Amino acid sequence: MELQFTDEEIAFRDEVRAFLKAELPEDIAGRVRRGEELPKDDYERWHAILNARGWLATIWPKEYGGPGWSVVERHIFEEECAMASAPRIVPFGITMLGPVLQKFGSKEQCDAILPRILNGDDWWCQGYSEPGAGSDLASLRTKAVREGDHYIVNGQKTWTTLGQHADRMFCLVRTDPNVKPQAGISFLLIDMDAPGVEVRPIKLIDGVHDVNDVFFTDVKVPVENLVGEENSGWTIAKFLLTHERTNIAGTGFSNQAFDTVRALARSRRVNGRRLIDDPLFAARLAQAEIDLEAMKITNLRMLARAQKTGQPGLESSMLKIKGTVIRQELNDLARRALGPAAAPFPAEALAGNDAIAPEDHRRNAGAYFNNRKLSIYGGSNEIQRNILTKAMLEL
Amino acid sequence: MDFDQTEDRRMLAETLNRFLADRYDIATRNTVAYDAPWHSPDLWAQMAELGILHALADEDHGGMGGTGFDITTVFEELGRALCPEPVLGALMGLRLLSAAGAETEAVLEGTERLAVAIAEPEAPWGLDHLETRASKAGDGWALTGRKSVVYGGPSATRFLVAALEGDMLGLYEVAAGDARITPYGMVEGGGAAELFLDASPAKRLIPDARTALQDALNAGMIALCAEAVGVAERMKEMLLEHLKTRTQFGRTIGSFQALQHRTVDLVTEIEQMRSITILAADALGGPEADRKAAMAKNLIGRAGRLMSEETMQMHGGIGVTWEAAVSHYAKRIVMIDAQLGDTDYCLSQVMEGLQVA
Repeated sequence: MELQFTDEEIAFRDEVRAFLKAELPEDIAGRVRRGEELPKDDYERWHAILNARGWLATIWPKEYGGPGWSVVERHIFEEECAMASAPRIVPFGITMLGPVLQKFGSKEQCDAILPRILNGDDWWCQGYSEPGAGSDLASLRTKAVREGDHYIVNGQKTWTTLGQHADRMFCLVRTDPNVKPQAGISFLLIDMDAPGVEVRPIKLIDGVHDVNDVFFTDVKVPVENLVGEENSGWTIAKFLLTHERTNIAGTGFSNQAFDTVRALARSRRVNGRRLIDDPLFAARLAQAEIDLEAMKITNLRMLARAQKTGQPGLESSMLKIKGTVIRQELNDLARRALGPAAAPFPAEALAGNDAIAPEDHRRNAGAYFNNRKLSIYGGSNEIQRNILTKAMLEL
Repeated sequence: MDFDQTEDRRMLAETLNRFLADRYDIATRNTVAYDAPWHSPDLWAQMAELGILHALADEDHGGMGGTGFDITTVFEELGRALCPEPVLGALMGLRLLSAAGAETEAVLEGTERLAVAIAEPEAPWGLDHLETRASKAGDGWALTGRKSVVYGGPSATRFLVAALEGDMLGLYEVAAGDARITPYGMVEGGGAAELFLDASPAKRLIPDARTALQDALNAGMIALCAEAVGVAERMKEMLLEHLKTRTQFGRTIGSFQALQHRTVDLVTEIEQMRSITILAADALGGPEADRKAAMAKNLIGRAGRLMSEETMQMHGGIGVTWEAAVSHYAKRIVMIDAQLGDTDYCLSQVMEGLQVA
């Protein structure tokens, strides 16, 4: 039983810290810390910095340009990045499409697409959910009909995160409507500037625009943009959904959120005392800290197992549930810590000398509302419970 | 980073597991646990012979273990078997005797049974509000006060008692024959006692014992957390069995999503219970020991109550009968919260760390 990282892992952590200190641009980190919407350029600059260091595609094998890290090193990197307020790595090309192509794609596809992901030539987005296919993803209806050397695609995708920046989309489409739903789905790559593709923004609860509707009207897609066999898309989708995600617990984000709330509660005075000296607030914060400390160990236990067995383990569903609930609780505490000072909207409504909340906290209410999505996306927490029921309980 | 147990501890766990499974089925357990002396002197002797108590003390004091993970290994198995033997008193007592540099052999061999008497009727938690007094009496000392719900009190041969001389909290030893003892069984089985001290003759073991007493409390809390993990693991097995076999509306009740999701939440909480216990066990004896033990006991208190109430609910009426084994587990995991520091007290300890640090 050894809870500490090895000397090599600690040396690695120090290397990551030094890198972040030297290379993470302060203007970007500031926007992340304040919970602001990041412009496209911020993501692209950060990707380029990571790519120059060889640290962008952390889960890719070395042969494709990955750093060849262990799951523990990846965890350390992700946690340190979150603690330093680095932007998240946009996952669609790096974390999602990359591993799919490496497993299911042709050599031509890998050669043509993977380097462009690393170099930031293409911004990818994900075309999975539809208005009628959320948790029940297999019921998707966007249809692709083969006509000669092309598929003709018609339908609608939704919740397309950062699709407004995207050059290309990987997309699940129905290629056979006459078989059971899972058996008639294909995995197709679509150019966002192809005629017939239309992106419309969805404004979220805090006014932020980071998801979109995407409409397809008679969009022509060359057949060589099919990944894997026709009608094998569900296998790929499942691979993607269960693909190892070390960061699923989001412990780095929660650590950062906890430190921030604690600092706020110590500095803020409410009715004649520090907020942290209000026993009701302190009790909630202490309970969140305890749950977070336990989850960090749960996360490490599962990483250690993955490191040993090479298998990610189904417990990632537990981490998703627990991790999102804890982050949401911390978001709620951050909002409540401000009391009525959480109200001004937009965040810049009161700035300079007129401000009532500290600069880093003006979006606390918005972040609380926005992060209700955490327990909904990526397989809702209820879907995670279904997965766990099936796999662990054998009921 | 490695969360596997050492080979030695795995063997210890297996030995104790097999021993308890062979001699301590639930019917035997209940017979023993609910009648005076609320434990089995035979079983106690056999456990001592197996070397179980040696795992609770370090090598410098006659044992073969004594670290946080030795403690959790033993107590998780005790929990799984719902064992009411007074091992908690032995654990805390051995730590205190070790701190005092006193002889431990008779305790390790099982011939002496220790009960640690800290809590009082109006000071159930911690060390700050105790009132039992110690005063000089000839060559020795005399203690006056009341110690309350002393675990293992009915079968103890010696009591280790926390008492004040002036402002100094010391550790004293009182022979069972030198105090008035009112023994009783507990709601979930096992024995405790009220200890009435009225100028009772005592021997002083440690003049200023605050650090040693807090360490013993930390170790005891970690032991109780590990016991709760063992209890919860066994409850999970019983619950899954019930969900897979109990039929209503023509189908097994485990096919109902309303129960599936609640069961998944329990299984998730058990992982959290195990994790926080690991965290506290790792910290035992170090600078963060007090706070981590309090964190663990708080989470165990919350999760234990959830485990108990949900498991009873999903068992239906049978879950609240004496006959069903699960009801005794459900009682134990809740009542663990009432020992050495409950959910609220432990939370207040963790809060202080946030406010002061």
